Amino acid sequence: MAVVLVRATESTTGRTTVAIEDEVCVIGGGLAGMTAALRAAHEGARVRLLSHKKSTLRHASGLVDILGYADGELVADPFDALSSLPKTHPYRRVGNDAVRAGLSLFDDVTGDAYRGTHTDANALVATHGGTVKPTARYPARVAPGLASRDRKTLLVGFDSLTAFDAPLAADHLAAAGVPGTTRGVTVAFPGDFRADSRVTRFARALDDDETVETASGSTPVRRALARTLESHLGDAERVGFPAVLGEGESQEVREALESSLGIDVFEVPMGPPSLLGLRLEALFQEALDEAGVRRTTGNPVTEFDASDGRIQSVSTDRNGRPTPFHADEFVLATGGLVGKGIDSDREGVVEPVFDCHVPHPDDRYEWFDDEAFGDHPFARFGVDVDDDLRPLDADGGAEYDNLRAAGGVLGGADFAAEKSGSGISLATGHAAGRAAGAAANQ
Amino acid sequence: MATETEALVIGGGSTGCGIARDLALRGVDTTLVERGNLTHGTTGRMHGLLHSGGRYAVSDQESAAECIAESRVLREIASHCVEMTGGLFVQLPADDDEYFEEKLAGCRDCDIPAEVISGEEAREIEPYLTRDVERAIRVPDGAIDPFRLCVANAADAEKHGARIETHAEVTDVLVEDDQVTGVEVRHESGPGKRSHHEPGTTERIEADHVVNATGAWAGELGAMAGVEVEVRPSKGVMTVMNTRQVDTVVNRCRPKGDADIIVPHETACILGTTDVEVEDPDDYPEEQWEIDMMIDTLSELVPILSEARTIRSFWGVRPLYEPPDTGTTDPTDITRQFFLLDHADRDSLEGMTSIVGGKLTTYRLMAEQITDHVCEKLGIEGNCRTAEQPLPGSEDFSVLRDYMEEFGLRSPVGRRSAERLGSKADEVLKTDDPNPVVCTCEAVTRAELDHAIADAGTDLNATRIRTRASMGNCQGGFCAHRIAALLHPEYDEATTRTALDELYEERWKGQRHALWGEQLSQAMLNHALHATTMNRDRDPAASDDGIEYDRFDAGPPTPEAAADGGRAGACDGIDDGEDDRGD
Repeated sequence: MAVVLVRATESTTGRTTVAIEDEVCVIGGGLAGMTAALRAAHEGARVRLLSHKKSTLRHASGLVDILGYADGELVADPFDALSSLPKTHPYRRVGNDAVRAGLSLFDDVTGDAYRGTHTDANALVATHGGTVKPTARYPARVAPGLASRDRKTLLVGFDSLTAFDAPLAADHLAAAGVPGTTRGVTVAFPGDFRADSRVTRFARALDDDETVETASGSTPVRRALARTLESHLGDAERVGFPAVLGEGESQEVREALESSLGIDVFEVPMGPPSLLGLRLEALFQEALDEAGVRRTTGNPVTEFDASDGRIQSVSTDRNGRPTPFHADEFVLATGGLVGKGIDSDREGVVEPVFDCHVPHPDDRYEWFDDEAFGDHPFARFGVDVDDDLRPLDADGGAEYDNLRAAGGVLGGADFAAEKSGSGISLATGHAAGRAAGAAANQ
Repeated sequence: MATETEALVIGGGSTGCGIARDLALRGVDTTLVERGNLTHGTTGRMHGLLHSGGRYAVSDQESAAECIAESRVLREIASHCVEMTGGLFVQLPADDDEYFEEKLAGCRDCDIPAEVISGEEAREIEPYLTRDVERAIRVPDGAIDPFRLCVANAADAEKHGARIETHAEVTDVLVEDDQVTGVEVRHESGPGKRSHHEPGTTERIEADHVVNATGAWAGELGAMAGVEVEVRPSKGVMTVMNTRQVDTVVNRCRPKGDADIIVPHETACILGTTDVEVEDPDDYPEEQWEIDMMIDTLSELVPILSEARTIRSFWGVRPLYEPPDTGTTDPTDITRQFFLLDHADRDSLEGMTSIVGGKLTTYRLMAEQITDHVCEKLGIEGNCRTAEQPLPGSEDFSVLRDYMEEFGLRSPVGRRSAERLGSKADEVLKTDDPNPVVCTCEAVTRAELDHAIADAGTDLNATRIRTRASMGNCQGGFCAHRIAALLHPEYDEATTRTALDELYEERWKGQRHALWGEQLSQAMLNHALHATTMNRDRDPAASDDGIEYDRFDAGPPTPEAAADGGRAGACDGIDDGEDDRGD
């Protein structure tokens, strides 16, 4: 049982405030940070999760990849391929069991919202660019569309949603050799929406089944959408839309369309703003609240206090006023280059919160490859860690005894090329959370 | 079999396109060949400064006087390509008073309007200037879009009967008895619609007169005809910032020097530049010190540049020329004037003229002089009209209209589109279809891109230079695939995919020189969007190895089929509502 400590201290403004004390403090609200916080809470620790900005999950497809490619080769079973990764890869640091444990935690959190638990094999999911990509877990709303199911497929795009061109994607999937035939059609989303409406606007209209004006009079939008497609269905056995079919009521929206059209309906994961990524974030946040994790959002961690090789506290900056958070154990899950958990300037690459060592070439012209999809060193930038996920300094010693790192802030993996980002976050978040929670209990 | 033309212009930069237009307007049968895309050479790789002439007012007054005169012309005939930002020559404490006075006097000698303002007044105009500003000279510098300018010249030439052939590289200059009779070109991939030739085929083009307007490449072209053209290519870096830290052209008021100018351009600022002679205009080092110097030196003028976001850098090669035996060692001392080399006089080779040196601001004057010369050679009479006749797109004042209501576009988008399109805005933007913004960074709509694609075909880099799509902060990360998709179904999937790859690679090339801080973060995000979410880096359609789809998960099994693990083929008739999560 966690003990709540309250202690009066002097803040920098001279007023007496109540110090914030927890056992485990996780910095970073993305998938790795949320997993670590949740796992530490399961150990019985009192956990604080500090996040600054919107997480990068809004950029993410919502698919949960473990490992899609090893040595550039497509992987059918990611668990078979883990041992082929280099020893410095985050998966090798935490071991196969941690990868499975992280995924199992994910399955508990997401429940019916995700599929893929029945097999270790990767699924191939159609992307909005018209390729297929390997992934381990996929939202239920994506499941009927898997490329390995031999079905006659109709893809539907909306003429004002330029990120998904259904006829082009259909031809591209055919070029990728997917079984079954794929056709694509572009239609107008029913109703009078602005030409550059956000995807959330379409999703909300479907959630609320708003009434829209059509050629045949006022109609609820779900029915109007189904009617728009009737003449295009032909012999299709399933129909795929860009992932805009509702936010909160997505299942109801999909069921309504399936019942009107008489065939399976699925969604194609999209880029930012990704409703599937945002939905995944919401599921984890519910789980965090249920587990009693305290979440503090909106301000960056700018300072920390350390003594005897241990972090004592970190402080967020609120309009120039530091707010300290004390804890026994800390987890750094601030993400990689995209989320600025790893930052750089012309002189070098840094981890900005604790200034942990980030190995990188001195010459910034050695940070990249000349080809856009080349083997980029920058994609592997991050902190190096020991087997307990503690960041290492330039000499190979742990930076701090009670600091662990998880997710994108870790170096040694090009998650984009491997298709391993979510898996690394889950596996290392799980391992760091468990270790931090256990250490805090001692 | 050979094709014939009266005048053949080699080079699709500003000079070549300007010459083609002038010749065509005078009724000369003209063909222009360019080895790449229009602006492929130096024209597409400069900082877009419309010189007032102030820069040369001390060192090169003849060039300065030409600049101000031509600037006045371009404001009239190419208003949709010009933004009159105004310019400042800023004096810092370390800068010489005497030079400041010389600059001021020089401007006045050359009829360049010049006004001295105090440091305080300068900072009112440009609040991000350093507090140390002593004083400044205000001159009518501006920004010019070299891409639109070139395309407008080429389009007008074509309208008046010229043939414009891009992706057609000259492989040989045909010489018979000390007379140039034409060229042989090789047609390359020809992605643009305008190319009707099979890639890899060659064509002989016979011409009464050949104009070598290849700028920094004039020496190589001259060599094919057996004459020496002593062009001295000099590289310079331009570093693109993410926003307009300044709204006027800011020059450092001191004698020649590197890193002394900031040009606001569309949504960005461009820092320039270096001046280093290179051996080969196609192959020279793009060096880190050059970018570091831009940022470090120019942040003395505008301190926030040291922390600002750089989105890419690019290099151009100046076509500097000096007459034989001048012997200037430092390229910054070589004159910016242009030279017409009549090879008949100079080398006893009839039928060819080279034009070298010069700068974008004076492209029209250069074109006029060489066109006079060519017409004289051809015995054709005809007056130059290029100083009076507006370029397509700038004829009327509709540029200033608010397009918001008329086209249902939100104001900034409408204004940007209208500015880019000039008087073509009505024609392009009036569409009954929804017209979403495809490139958010630069506010480019689908109708505008469709219009550009109708002209440029599958060459998305040509569409990019016409519209600025994919030239903003994200460098195509969020929009390259959306732009490419507009090619389909007119072009098939494989062609569309190749066009996307070309655009994406081109955007990557420039970003490599800005990969730190925000732009490295952006690059990683782009990498994640294109590699992770779209799997474009391991696209099975681009690979020879087929995927064995039945080795992969085909969805959760029904309870009765669960025994075989639910791989493909085992899950016919599944119902997603009834699966067993078995964990």
